[in-house]
Amino acid sequence: MKHSILMHETKDDVGVAVVDLKSGQEASAVTLEGQPVCSVRVTQDVPLGHKVAMRNMARGKAVLKYGRAIGRAVHAIARGEHVHTHNLRTQRWNA
Amino acid sequence: MKAKDLKLTGYRRENGRFGVRNYVAIIPVDDLSNSAAEGVASLVRGTLALPHPYGRLQFGEDLELTFRTLAGAGRNPNVAAAIVIGIEPNWTDRIVKSIAETGKRVVGFGIERAGDLKTIEAAARVAKEFVQYASELQREPFTVKQLWMSSKCGESDTTSGLAANPTCGRVFERLQAAGATLFFGETTEVTGGEDIIMSHCVNNKVAADFKRCFDDYQRLIKSQGVDLLGSQPTEGNIRGGLTTIEEKAMGNIQKMGRCRIQSVLPPAVEPKGPGLHFMDSSSAAAEMVTLCAAAGSVVHFFPTGQGNIIGNPLIPVIKLCANPLTVKTMSEHIDVDLTGILRVEMTLDQAADATMKVLERTINGRLTAAEALRHNEFVLTKLYRSA
Repeated sequence: MKHSILMHETKDDVGVAVVDLKSGQEASAVTLEGQPVCSVRVTQDVPLGHKVAMRNMARGKAVLKYGRAIGRAVHAIARGEHVHTHNLRTQRWNA
Repeated sequence: MKAKDLKLTGYRRENGRFGVRNYVAIIPVDDLSNSAAEGVASLVRGTLALPHPYGRLQFGEDLELTFRTLAGAGRNPNVAAAIVIGIEPNWTDRIVKSIAETGKRVVGFGIERAGDLKTIEAAARVAKEFVQYASELQREPFTVKQLWMSSKCGESDTTSGLAANPTCGRVFERLQAAGATLFFGETTEVTGGEDIIMSHCVNNKVAADFKRCFDDYQRLIKSQGVDLLGSQPTEGNIRGGLTTIEEKAMGNIQKMGRCRIQSVLPPAVEPKGPGLHFMDSSSAAAEMVTLCAAAGSVVHFFPTGQGNIIGNPLIPVIKLCANPLTVKTMSEHIDVDLTGILRVEMTLDQAADATMKVLERTINGRLTAAEALRHNEFVLTKLYRSA
């Protein structure tokens, strides 16, 4: 398996690690059809199933996955960072 | 694989519906009658008791839902015949009458003025006749047009949205095209994808029906002075990498594929025609699958990421999973291994083919993992507190 990140849409801000990723590792991302998207240097350990930032994001940016906003960046997120509850928050239920 | 190539066999019931299992159900009307129901089931081979904790001092819509769920369990085509046991005769009769509408054999027993032991004896005598009757029923071929099935995902993670749920969606697209009757639901868990659900509704009325039950639930949450953060996503979801309800919802709604939604059903209500229906329901796995069974589903797809182990006594629950860690550590619970999608070694169509093969075998009698492991979660949905 050459890839280690899957992306729903090429325009998404995050990809999903399909293996456990180690900090410093170069990880290549593909779509579900196997089309290569890009390669990213992971800056934190990211467990299987968790998200990796595919680009730099400013604080407050709507974070795209499935080509749609799945929440907002709580603070600036750098490409290669782990994206989860510490830096991404829902926009629902008046949160 | 095309849906029309599925070779399905089942038990034709009196009302023309087809069951894929052949149970004699022993249904307690209320918590008090669980002992008698289980007493009968322990005496008579091939019977299935459905104990539950409710049925007393409920009222209004909550009571109606309990009646509908218990009657629906007996009406389900996977049930050949049913026995209903309640503490008092009137409520017992209501359930018996509803089950009798299907034309199947059903007898009710009231415990008052008889006691548990006489009731068990009388019910066991009838149950023995029923299982002998059921044991001679033969499977016969049926078509996808006569198939009713449901889906609900659980312990979801990011692999659910990438693979297991879209696979369910692809199979549903094929089954819908061949005339099957399908349902899904989970009203709060589509929060963040509700516009997509609405855009899949067959007309504005159905979209408005959906929006009404969606808004009702959002109001209920607000009226309690709380939000669902902490419950949605669940801790298991978060451990699996899901961060927000919007992300979870986008994964969840992959289960409908490109199907159009024909109607919005109240919980445990049978759909009136073929195609995909949205049932207004909780996302709690055992509650939702029980409601689907009560609405007439005979088999269920359950995509999971982190490994929800749920089953149901009445309908086979087929687990689809694409998380390699879950498939490795919880293999005894997984029916269809979809990890190949994450490795990009399996396309969605290939995954759908593999899943349909397992669906066909399950319908034809192969036990699912949950059936083999006796996962018999029969759980009533309670709408509010009892009197």
